[in-house]
Amino acid sequence: MMDLRELYQEIILDHGRHPRNFRVIETPTHSAQGHNPLCGDRVTVYLTLEGDRIADVSFQGRGCAISTAAASLMTEVLKGKTVADASALFAQFHSRVTGGPASDELPEPLAEDMERLEPLTGVKAYPARVKCATLSWHALEAALRGGDPGKTVKTE
Amino acid sequence: MTTASLRSTYPAPGGFDPRRLRRDFPIFANNPDLVFLDSAASAQKPRSVIDGTAQYYRTDYANVHRGVYRLSARSTELYEEARDKVRRFLNAADHREIVFVRNTTEAINLVAQSWGPAFLREGDEVLISELEHHSNIVPWQLLRDRIGIRLVVAPIDATGGLDLAAFEARLSSRTRLVAMTHVANATGTLVPVERIIRLAHLHGAKVLIDGSQAAPRLPVDVQALGCDFYAFTGHKVYGPTGIGVLYGRFDVLSAMPPWQGGGEMILHVSFEKTDYQEPPHRFEAGTPDIAGAIGLGLALDFIEELGRDNILEHEEALTGYGVDRLSRIPGLRLLGAGQRRLAILSFDLEGVHPHDVAQVLDQHHVAVRAGHHCAQPLMERLGLSGTTRASLGVYNDETDIDRLGAAIEAARGMFAR
Repeated sequence: MMDLRELYQEIILDHGRHPRNFRVIETPTHSAQGHNPLCGDRVTVYLTLEGDRIADVSFQGRGCAISTAAASLMTEVLKGKTVADASALFAQFHSRVTGGPASDELPEPLAEDMERLEPLTGVKAYPARVKCATLSWHALEAALRGGDPGKTVKTE
Repeated sequence: MTTASLRSTYPAPGGFDPRRLRRDFPIFANNPDLVFLDSAASAQKPRSVIDGTAQYYRTDYANVHRGVYRLSARSTELYEEARDKVRRFLNAADHREIVFVRNTTEAINLVAQSWGPAFLREGDEVLISELEHHSNIVPWQLLRDRIGIRLVVAPIDATGGLDLAAFEARLSSRTRLVAMTHVANATGTLVPVERIIRLAHLHGAKVLIDGSQAAPRLPVDVQALGCDFYAFTGHKVYGPTGIGVLYGRFDVLSAMPPWQGGGEMILHVSFEKTDYQEPPHRFEAGTPDIAGAIGLGLALDFIEELGRDNILEHEEALTGYGVDRLSRIPGLRLLGAGQRRLAILSFDLEGVHPHDVAQVLDQHHVAVRAGHHCAQPLMERLGLSGTTRASLGVYNDETDIDRLGAAIEAARGMFAR
């Protein structure tokens, strides 16, 4: 078994304790709720899109250290990105947390963002925790795809 | 009670020695560091069950109830002998009152699907409690959606026990069945089922008791209780998975229609009409889990050899030790279990999610359950998304509790703000 410090790196503990952008956007252009039926955790992701660009992104909810940190880090890297950037990042992130390879297809600024998310990839050694890391991203995707606030997406 | 006074009365009298017992469970030899505190989810298996089941396959296996040859007769005899062991375990009056099923869930579904539509009409009420496992909620919801019964829920009180006054207030002439847990799986609450059964019968209601958490530790006498149904599962009483028991009073079972059709459950079949077997075989369509039943019999032998009074005494002493140890951890809040807590320590650690607690505990080789424990309505009532639950078995001792305590403190040190 790997050291638990690989899973709970300092940056994860920090974001778990003090999540960034942990607030409601009162009039989001997009929002969706993510639900993990396994543990009952729920996270709501709020977005303000200006054209194709994410002007603001935030989240609310109750979850474990991993899911809280994952949502917090997600909001940090997404601010100012385009919808296409967000999709590209999620594809890469999803591949990494499920033990897939790091592709070098990401353009330079996105590759840097991916590095910021790298601490979360420790979950790949703990299959039961992968969904904790991806819950907020699934909610983001549902928000962007559906667009109607109040939509709920499940991890299974 | 102080730790010192607990130590002086422990191990429990009667020569109960968990350390020595552990040698009967091969899982511990194969996982030397394991602190197993998840017996409420499923108990580990003693060698007698593992080896005895394999031995049955090696020496006595054949299908049951059909063969003319001696091997089949021997297999049938072993299967029916297991049924009689269950009868003795529950002190049922008659072996025909023991139906083999897959687990408690299937036992409750059998009652809901066979007895339910035959004896309940639209507007009739089934009364359950807030302490129930999903397996004693969902089958009644399915029945409600099918035939229009009402599902009524008796609440818990502030201590985590069943609110008896509120329970009684919900009983009426419309109450046709009370379906209630004996010991709550999420909290360890012992429900005073004797009183529940007496009150329910006064109103003419039948009673089903979910004995999943009670059977491994409480002496159960279905005749003294007077319940109409009692269900438990094999894998929580140190037996195999895939085998469970529905006890039903014979007159009640006899009046119930079959719930699954097939071989084994029939007397005579023609394309026009089929005559069904008497209980219990009426409810055991198809080839049963023969080896599972025999393994369950061996598990009950194991329990009887230890003695349920001794098991109860041991686990209550250890539960008390656990309450004392965990209560000293800052920020830890034990879920209330009413008047009497049995073998389950379910807790909330302030500011730390149960899955993070369980992850750190696993790193310390302490196996516990984290989440809603298949009791989401109860969790919601308590304002929690879930808890961390440590549960005890015959093989646990105070060193396990000490290691649990230390691991929780490590988790707290890691996550607390």
